[in-house]
Amino acid sequence: MSDAVPAVSGRDTLIRYLRDAGGVGILALAIFVPFIGLRLHGHMNGLALGYRPKLLAIGVVLAVLARVLVLIWQDRRVHQGRAAWRAARIASAGKYVTPLLLGFAVLLPLVPGIANFYIDLGVLVMTYVMLGWGLNIVVGLAGLLDLGYVAFYAVGAYSFALLAHYYHFTFWECLPLSGLFAALWGVCLGFPVLRLRGDYLAIVTLAFGEIIRLVITNWISLTGGPNGIYNIPHPTFFGLNFNLGGGAGTFSGFFGIDPDPKQLTTYLYYIIFFLALLTNWVTLRLRRLPMGRAWEALREDEIACRSLGINVRNTKLTAFAIGAMFGGFAGCFFATRQNFISPDSFTFIESATVLAIVVLGGAGSQLGVALAAVVMIGIPALLQDLSIYRMLFFGLALVIMMVVRPRGFVSTRTPSIALGRRKLISSELISEGHG
Amino acid sequence: MIAYALQQLINGITLGMVYGLIAVGYTMVYGIIGMINFAHGDVFMVGAYVGIIVLTAFSGMGIAAVPVGLLVALLVSVVLCGVYGFTIERAAYRPLRGSFRLAPLISAIGMSILLENFVQTSQGAKDRAIPEPIPGGFKIMQQHGFVVQMSYMQIAIIVTTLVTLGIFTYIVTKTPLGRAMRAIEQDAKMAALLGVNTNRVISLTFVIGSALAAVAGIMFLSYYGVINFFIGFNAGIKAFTAAVLGGIGSLPGAVLGGLLIGLIEAFWSGYATIAYKDVAVYSILAIVLMFMPTGLLGRADIEKV
Repeated sequence: MSDAVPAVSGRDTLIRYLRDAGGVGILALAIFVPFIGLRLHGHMNGLALGYRPKLLAIGVVLAVLARVLVLIWQDRRVHQGRAAWRAARIASAGKYVTPLLLGFAVLLPLVPGIANFYIDLGVLVMTYVMLGWGLNIVVGLAGLLDLGYVAFYAVGAYSFALLAHYYHFTFWECLPLSGLFAALWGVCLGFPVLRLRGDYLAIVTLAFGEIIRLVITNWISLTGGPNGIYNIPHPTFFGLNFNLGGGAGTFSGFFGIDPDPKQLTTYLYYIIFFLALLTNWVTLRLRRLPMGRAWEALREDEIACRSLGINVRNTKLTAFAIGAMFGGFAGCFFATRQNFISPDSFTFIESATVLAIVVLGGAGSQLGVALAAVVMIGIPALLQDLSIYRMLFFGLALVIMMVVRPRGFVSTRTPSIALGRRKLISSELISEGHG
Repeated sequence: MIAYALQQLINGITLGMVYGLIAVGYTMVYGIIGMINFAHGDVFMVGAYVGIIVLTAFSGMGIAAVPVGLLVALLVSVVLCGVYGFTIERAAYRPLRGSFRLAPLISAIGMSILLENFVQTSQGAKDRAIPEPIPGGFKIMQQHGFVVQMSYMQIAIIVTTLVTLGIFTYIVTKTPLGRAMRAIEQDAKMAALLGVNTNRVISLTFVIGSALAAVAGIMFLSYYGVINFFIGFNAGIKAFTAAVLGGIGSLPGAVLGGLLIGLIEAFWSGYATIAYKDVAVYSILAIVLMFMPTGLLGRADIEKV
């Protein structure tokens, strides 16, 4: 497809473009005819077909146009060869991106007149930043492919929801418990998969996620099944709740201000912001401990690890447990934020989204994961008007972003340990692990 | 009660055949380029949809011969799914070949989401149903008033699967294309050096795998009669499980894994709770892999240092 030979003459280029675009047109026609050209309609006695020739023509023309644009773009890239220059510029800009992003995140809810919607969106994005950072420990640092991360999110959320529902625990009591339970489940998952590698590991983690979801769905007497659990309490601020009624014992009543739904959202925002920063801080610290170094060594070469006397079993189990713990915290927060949880929130697509955030950010890079979460969660949420087309574009964007930047947004890494100055190294030099 | 068990056995084998066919596509792609083709289950779903559209077109034209319609639907679906497989590989996987291992995985997940939502937005989210194409069956035995039935559809499915797998085995073992595929599986770089057109063979692998998924899709459609845009996900995961259970990369393993999963599902639904049948499948997968980390028929991968 992408021949590296630059076009010699204009006529050759034109012929190449025409042939290529013609091929794409034929493929697009074959692909679109049954789905865009024809439409099934339900009838009293069976089905009938409708025809949409205009839409079909538009689809094919769009596909051909897109292909031509890709060809032009590829040719330009071959001519200019600015990849190295661009990488250097992005690396130097990275120094400013972190503090800017952090400052923006701190100040977002304090912007005067900001709509509740945007703070709420910030809460959502921050949840995924935290999940991404949690999964990054497993995938990015230890190099273990986990397709069932949502299981720990679910364990965290349901731990809190069930404890609150049956025993009236509060959010702050449950937060550590949720993390603990999730970590225990992480170890439970870790044991059977210790010997597995690559795709075997991927399918078992995926299966684990499905098992948790199916059990939650079917154990109706405990979890309410598909109907979920309602009335999960919101967090309190040193014992003050955020009821909109005002009065004694509420946040607004205590401080003598008007009750406003924004107060709760802002509070939730800072909780998840703090939790996410905690995840990041713990990860950065752990990377310097022997445990974190063992993770990265495991990712680079498992056999070398064994020969050097690193306990591979403990290394894998701690990676699963700590990654799971942060997933559990995030789940607990999710339950308190939503007020209501059901198994629908914990499908494979969530695992896939979080994994996509990690990979798209550049597995192992903390900043990249945060950027990817903003792009992948924030932008689709702003495009809610597109409703049914949203996931269509989400899938398309995943493919395009991966093809354009296979190593993720941030393609350099800071080594965890170095002699003298820490130089940035290209992520091409980081291996992805076999587990 | 033997009769009941026999009935579950027949149902399980039928289901297992469908899973096995999809699993072969997974395992082939994995064997050759070592990636999980997550979109494979959705190609299966596309195959089923093309089938229902062709059948509807046939009945719209007033042609009543259902077996002929089914055969045409099968052919059209195989061709179109081949085109889908070819395009998916070209657009989403080939640019990522030889890059970061997780990149094609995410690209494949994106492709799966794209296909699902493409079908949902273009054909609607409703379940689509057709009447049973080949009704009837014959009685095998009767015990205490329980009749063991084997429907003509089940026979058709088992026969079609065996024929398809036969053709497929012939391609892989006896033709130059099959030889090239096996060569790439062993060592892609060396095969390329010896004059195998790697890109073409990989493309063809995707086309063949997708064609098998199309056959599975048509069989699913005619067996269950109801499809929606989401069937690809579950079937894909099950087939992937089957491929891994049998030992990913091993073709007989994929069929064996498919049959096992079909049987587990049928017997679990028959004797325990239907709600937990998937839990049973996944748990057995985890248990088998604990003791045989490379699946039932998979080779242990030897790592050179």
